[in-house]
Amino acid sequence: MAVASIQVSETPLVLYTLRRADDALILGHRLSEWCGHAPAMEEDMALANMGLDLLGQARELYAYAAKVEDKGNDEDRFAYLRDVRQYRNLLLLEQPNGDFAHTMVRQFFYSAFADLYWRAMIQSADATLAAVAAKSEKETAYHIRHSSEWIVRLGDGTAESHARAQSAIDHLWAFTGEMFHVDASERALIDAGIAIDPASLRASWLKTVADVVDEATLALPKSDWMQQGGRDGRHSEHLGHLLSELQSMQRTFPGATW
Amino acid sequence: MATPNTPLWEVFIRSRNGLAHKHVGSLHASDTTMALQAARDLYTRRGEGLSIWVVPSNAITASDPSEKGMMFEPAESKIYRHPTFYEVPDEVGHM
Repeated sequence: MAVASIQVSETPLVLYTLRRADDALILGHRLSEWCGHAPAMEEDMALANMGLDLLGQARELYAYAAKVEDKGNDEDRFAYLRDVRQYRNLLLLEQPNGDFAHTMVRQFFYSAFADLYWRAMIQSADATLAAVAAKSEKETAYHIRHSSEWIVRLGDGTAESHARAQSAIDHLWAFTGEMFHVDASERALIDAGIAIDPASLRASWLKTVADVVDEATLALPKSDWMQQGGRDGRHSEHLGHLLSELQSMQRTFPGATW
Repeated sequence: MATPNTPLWEVFIRSRNGLAHKHVGSLHASDTTMALQAARDLYTRRGEGLSIWVVPSNAITASDPSEKGMMFEPAESKIYRHPTFYEVPDEVGHM
């Protein structure tokens, strides 16, 4: 058992692309965990659809990272043969599904960001990233709509759903700051016009989130202490468990296909 | 899962411009917005549609199956109502 992990040459563009690919893969995988378990068949399909949108985004980004890196890696090797510390996704996205409110709040916080982010990235100087952005923006536009409708209904629903939604917001809030963080590697791409500065989206994101949370009769936490580390491979204890399930087949039977 | 909070909706999809919306199935949802989203997620995953209607199932008035004799049998003997009943003279050509 256990195939060794690959080495990745993380030039700024490779690292940047892997970060976005990992975001999409990990959140997509989390959504896939609901398959067959959602509160109703309608929502089971909605969650799986969003998961498949994200998986499609991840595949395009991994394929591009492989092309840019040019070291013989491919999308499967990036997904299946990197360890926890090599994953670059946001901590928010690896957080467990919890109850339905946790899943929806996580989706809402991220989609509200991703929709703005991909829309801005359509202007990227990198033609491939701009094309991924154009496709992804249409998908995330629906994700933000669907999740925000649920936030309103959970918050403004019953006492039970209100309490669960508020609890999810309080728990996940500290993971939202990482979305807007930029390190030196990414700063170089921003200066080159390849990436956009996520900090420039923060005010719009906050307005979108605050408006929905307000309509839902919920409240955003006052705390501005934010957790980070995912972009550098310092993850919560949850990601290892997720990857052990995601990777077990390829680690045990290398190159297995069906 | 028929609960008072998630009533039944009938879904109609128009697949192309110029065609009529066609009934494709039903779903449960709390309100019009969620019904439309669920219809999108359940019934247009393979590019089936350009337009969706959702209608509360209880807004549909249906004929009574026990009255089908009265309702539908009288039409069965009126074969002259079908255009194929009439012989078109050759001189007419294509109609």
